[in-house]
Amino acid sequence: MNVQYRDQPATQAANASTLMTADGDIHPGRNGPQDMAPFLAKRWQDHLAMFGSRLRQAYQKGPAYPKSQPYASRRDSYPPEGGRPGSSLSFMQKQLLDPNNCVLGVLNATGDNGQAFQNREFGAAMCHAMNEWLIAEWTSKEPRLKASLVVPFEDTVAAVAEIEHYAGNPNFVQILMLNRTAEPPGQKRYWPIYEAAARANLPIGVHAFGFGGFPVTGSGWPSYYIEDMVGHAQSCQAFLTSMVIEGVFEKIPATKLVLIESGFGWVPSLAWRLDKLWRRLKEETPHLTRLPSEYIHDHVWLTTQPMEEPATRAHVLDTIDWIGWDRLLFATDYPHWDYDDPAHTLPMPVPEAKRRDFFLGNALRLYGQPGADVR
Amino acid sequence: MGFAYSGGIDCDLHPAVPGIKALHPYLSDHWRETSIIRGMDDMESIAYPINSPLSARPDWRPEKGKPGSDLEMMRAQALGPFGTRLGICNPLYGVQLLFSEDMAAAFARALNDWLVAEWLDKEPRLRGSIVVPMQNPDYAVEEIERCAGDKRFVQVLMLVMGDLPLGKRYYWPIYEAAARHNLPVGIHAGSQYRHPVTPLGWPSYYTEDYAAQSYAFQAALTSLICEGVFSKFPTLKVVLLESGFTWLPAHLWRLEKFWKGLRMEIPWVDRAPTDIVRDHVRLTLQPVDGPPDATGMAKLIEHMQSDELLLFSTDYPHWQFDGDAALPDGLSADLIRKIMRDNPLATYPRLQESVT
Repeated sequence: MNVQYRDQPATQAANASTLMTADGDIHPGRNGPQDMAPFLAKRWQDHLAMFGSRLRQAYQKGPAYPKSQPYASRRDSYPPEGGRPGSSLSFMQKQLLDPNNCVLGVLNATGDNGQAFQNREFGAAMCHAMNEWLIAEWTSKEPRLKASLVVPFEDTVAAVAEIEHYAGNPNFVQILMLNRTAEPPGQKRYWPIYEAAARANLPIGVHAFGFGGFPVTGSGWPSYYIEDMVGHAQSCQAFLTSMVIEGVFEKIPATKLVLIESGFGWVPSLAWRLDKLWRRLKEETPHLTRLPSEYIHDHVWLTTQPMEEPATRAHVLDTIDWIGWDRLLFATDYPHWDYDDPAHTLPMPVPEAKRRDFFLGNALRLYGQPGADVR
Repeated sequence: MGFAYSGGIDCDLHPAVPGIKALHPYLSDHWRETSIIRGMDDMESIAYPINSPLSARPDWRPEKGKPGSDLEMMRAQALGPFGTRLGICNPLYGVQLLFSEDMAAAFARALNDWLVAEWLDKEPRLRGSIVVPMQNPDYAVEEIERCAGDKRFVQVLMLVMGDLPLGKRYYWPIYEAAARHNLPVGIHAGSQYRHPVTPLGWPSYYTEDYAAQSYAFQAALTSLICEGVFSKFPTLKVVLLESGFTWLPAHLWRLEKFWKGLRMEIPWVDRAPTDIVRDHVRLTLQPVDGPPDATGMAKLIEHMQSDELLLFSTDYPHWQFDGDAALPDGLSADLIRKIMRDNPLATYPRLQESVT
């Protein structure tokens, strides 16, 4: 984060990092609609110019919770040659990939990406354009970068077609969804997406944010950006609960779910709560054959940014013990303001094998990348 | 083997209204007639389906009628076995779910008067919460003023999910009145069902609805802190009832981290959220959504960073534990004493008068 609170001991600079890392959440930037033009039919370019992208939100541009700074980005992330944060591959290499010794970076093209356009036909076209852009401008130019496949998940048929189109394409390592779906994501209308992902042997990555149209709390819309940000953790709890209780992991056992940028500290408490509830209420869900915590342990991974930072930092080690050291994927969220620097993310003494899994090994194994067998 | 502690304070008991007719004696002629000629149904919320296993322990279910509707059974099943010195009644009858503000105010008055006549007058160990019509804060304040003179009412009762997030300025007249009378605001699991209980829409299963109560408490706590309720009302205490508590440490880690980064947005929050919670927020014990082992529970208690946060509750007649296992393993004798007695007494000023 950009702001320091309370005095902290000096720690090593980011560029002193020597440990190899994988980065589970990098945001490639676009400079505007013109970036997508080569990949979008004339009809949809005209539609975008005339009507805009029309999400389930109030404003034509930008959220009704203004970010803390432009593009929610680090003030030092503007490329020297101009353009928006995250939009320059060469600057991303220099500012992020090289100093972090990053050997695998997963690109999540969030934002105005077509996934939640009210006009679903337009949304599907924009998602496809995003995927072509990701290959042309990013993954084909930088072998350390892989992308999440942008799918129009509210249009199941189009989403499945997009997955089948790219199945086996080495530029993509997971399917991208957002955690604010229009209906609980475990409901059966979404299952064809999970089945297609399983056939393609790709995890489902679920990033914070989204435009399902419902308030982030069961008590209506909060007032502040901070509440929306903290609320990603509650939204993710509802997301995961739906996936478990509806039986997605039971019926589609190859499903791998990666929860991105929504924290992980809440997972143990939720798992204990669901176990207790299921024991009481399992007559309601006879399709489940195991404890909710067992499904969660076997099917769920989580990225670490924004890293949990208790006042007693070691408390988070208990939490990771409860979740499992093989389930966390280090991420920076570059170029956003709440970036986590690998040199500061896990400052406590941790056995070397666990540290290596946390920063690298878990991601290489999950995403089937070379070097995964090195321990 | 008996319960480990005698003379404790049970902060979450649920006396049940047997049916809407039970409130008729406490309604004005107009509202009683309305209830009858319009054929109004019983107002039980979908938050607690009557026959759901969670809604009543099997050995606490009566042969006839609703669980929790009989005072003799509450004495025999809750007050006696746990050696309860004082118990706080939190009626969950769904008057807060009505859409009409006027009807809600009338039924809230009836419910509070019913509680006094049918429970508090008959059992000296019982205390009550003032159910307020959240649908209209002005009416809610009127109800607080009407009931606060009876010292057996020890807190104001709201539901965790309303029309708006609970920290919103809309609700501040309720907090002003509560603080003026030195009454904590109890926030109980449950919803007015104005919005889906999840940010992703209406879930398929009751299991998900109940699970969602704990995310709703997280969001409500965020709202109360970020809107500045505790900055505006520095003496106000809030008690989270049937909220679960094991989510609290991780929630505060996250809220506090974002507060460090975003406090320019909410400058009236001039202290760390953890410090605010320590001074203003308490949580009842049941349900314990904790690790299955005592060692894990001890770690979790350490993560709470305070031994003053938890208040004993059985959540009677809801089925949260079996036998007399109301206290989880892994608590020290010192912490048990605080949970059973010291913390409730420190939270509810009106209880202190009863035990000294």
